[in-house]
Amino acid sequence: MFSSLSFSPQLVLSQLVVGLVNGSFYAILSLGLAIIFGMLNVINFVQGALFMTGAFVGYFLLQLAGIDYLYALFLTPIIVAGIGFLIERFLLSRIYKIDHIYGWLLTFGLALMIESIFRQFYGVSGRPYPVPTWLRGTIDLGFMMLPIYRAWVILVSSIGCLATWYAIEKTQLGSYLRASTENPQMTRCFGINVPWLICITYCCGVGMAAFAGVLAAPIYQVSPLMGSNIIVVIMAVVVIGGLGSILGTIITGISIGLIEGIAKIIYPEGSHVIIFIIMAIVLIVKPTGLFGKRIR
Amino acid sequence: MKYLTYIIIGTVVLLAPFYFYPTILMQILCFALFASAFNLLFGYTGLLSFGHAAFFGFAAYISGFAAKEMGFTPEFAILSGALMGGFLGLAIGALAVRQQGIIFAMITFALAEVVYFICLRAPFTGGEDGLQSVPRGYLFGLIDLSSSLRMYYFVLAIFIISVLSLYRIIHSPFGQVLKAIRENENRAISMGYKTQQYKLLAFVLSAFFSGVAGATKTLVFQLATLTDVHWHKSGEVVLMTLLGGLGTFTGPWVGSAFVIALNDGLADIGEWVPFILGAVFVVCVLLFRKGIVGYIDLYLRKTGKQ
Repeated sequence: MFSSLSFSPQLVLSQLVVGLVNGSFYAILSLGLAIIFGMLNVINFVQGALFMTGAFVGYFLLQLAGIDYLYALFLTPIIVAGIGFLIERFLLSRIYKIDHIYGWLLTFGLALMIESIFRQFYGVSGRPYPVPTWLRGTIDLGFMMLPIYRAWVILVSSIGCLATWYAIEKTQLGSYLRASTENPQMTRCFGINVPWLICITYCCGVGMAAFAGVLAAPIYQVSPLMGSNIIVVIMAVVVIGGLGSILGTIITGISIGLIEGIAKIIYPEGSHVIIFIIMAIVLIVKPTGLFGKRIR
Repeated sequence: MKYLTYIIIGTVVLLAPFYFYPTILMQILCFALFASAFNLLFGYTGLLSFGHAAFFGFAAYISGFAAKEMGFTPEFAILSGALMGGFLGLAIGALAVRQQGIIFAMITFALAEVVYFICLRAPFTGGEDGLQSVPRGYLFGLIDLSSSLRMYYFVLAIFIISVLSLYRIIHSPFGQVLKAIRENENRAISMGYKTQQYKLLAFVLSAFFSGVAGATKTLVFQLATLTDVHWHKSGEVVLMTLLGGLGTFTGPWVGSAFVIALNDGLADIGEWVPFILGAVFVVCVLLFRKGIVGYIDLYLRKTGKQ
């Protein structure tokens, strides 16, 4: 099987770039999932559907309001965070006291609803979102041609991930966040409004999904199925990385993207399944995940 | 009084195919069994598997292949499907029981995706088309099952045998240990039970009976497709169990009858069905966690006391 393949360096490098791009999306989405889980103890299954919603909101902004890509990149997360606000206040906040598994089931139901609304109007086919003119074309790096938009995605999402890491680990708001993850009752005693903090966290996590959605729109087509395709991978990334470490989640997301990219060169049909094989191996060797702490 | 109820239920079940469309009834029976098997794990052991479609769907493919390509008689086709479901349960369960709670659910969810991938790519499944026109065959090589009425009684027999087995399992000492694990796993460990082994066995049994349901479904519809393995199906079985009543014995049957009737009744508005199922999910989780049978139980117990 391997002898018939010849790896040209261009092919390998371009696959690595594709892997890095996918890895960036995995990193942002699983980061959102991880910070939401840290605060709410809810696996936010609707993350994939809101990623898709983000792509669609970006698409609507362009098509209906003529708001172009750069503004959409900032506006969309705010709009979707608004949806997240409603979800958290009216639905999720009612079930914190019961078994955490119900949070998953609730958000699963929401994901079904959101996906079905978009399928109703847009079917299953994708719609193209044009790459903004100033990000078109390629850069000649000498050893390969790098499409500018891909480089942009990698750059922007790295900044986004690092900013999130900085905000949580180094700022005062982040310290409140970590404190209330550790011990919500005690944090409340210090006069910090934990329920609002939870709400803000949820909105941020969901906003990150929407941000990734707009970033992804020009690369993948805007399609109602893009959420349910990616959520499975995100789950695996979170299991591999283990919940509880921000930097660990980012690293896992990007590495999984890269490994998937390499697998595409060697055995294209199996590239999707390699993630789950890695997951199985990690579970055997270290059941809490690579960077994980014990989960209550 | 109790026997009278049994007689009434028995008569209704036996006469039902003369009044309702048998295919729908058989579909309800298959999914009721699937949900019952799932309930053994979620309702009685407290483990939420979000990948049960893998066992259901994979067994569906195996029995379809056995009946169509290898000329197995229906009973052996179903048995082979169920056994493969059980083996798959052993493989996935061995990995999943190492973790608890939400991570358990995520692992089963992700591993079920591997099974989906295998079913998409493996040479014997027919890829996107699935396995079509699977023959129902001759039961024990003698009885022709192509008539829907005979098939109904065959499915009913399978359902009753499986459900009685599940009843025995739940009400055995083994079942009591499972409930103890659900209530307080640490205490069960401290009493000397090797809970991981109990959980694994519960997982395998649940996968086996899900396999029976999936394999039977293939023969009913003469079809095995990718929708049976997709995670939407895993979600649907959770919904059936939750809606009917988690940890009640008859709840999953009521839930699956309800969901299938909903699917069937709303077939005209096609794309909106997942929306409504999703909405039912949300309502169930927020307001209706005990499920239909759970609330009836509660009501009966209250009135019984007064």
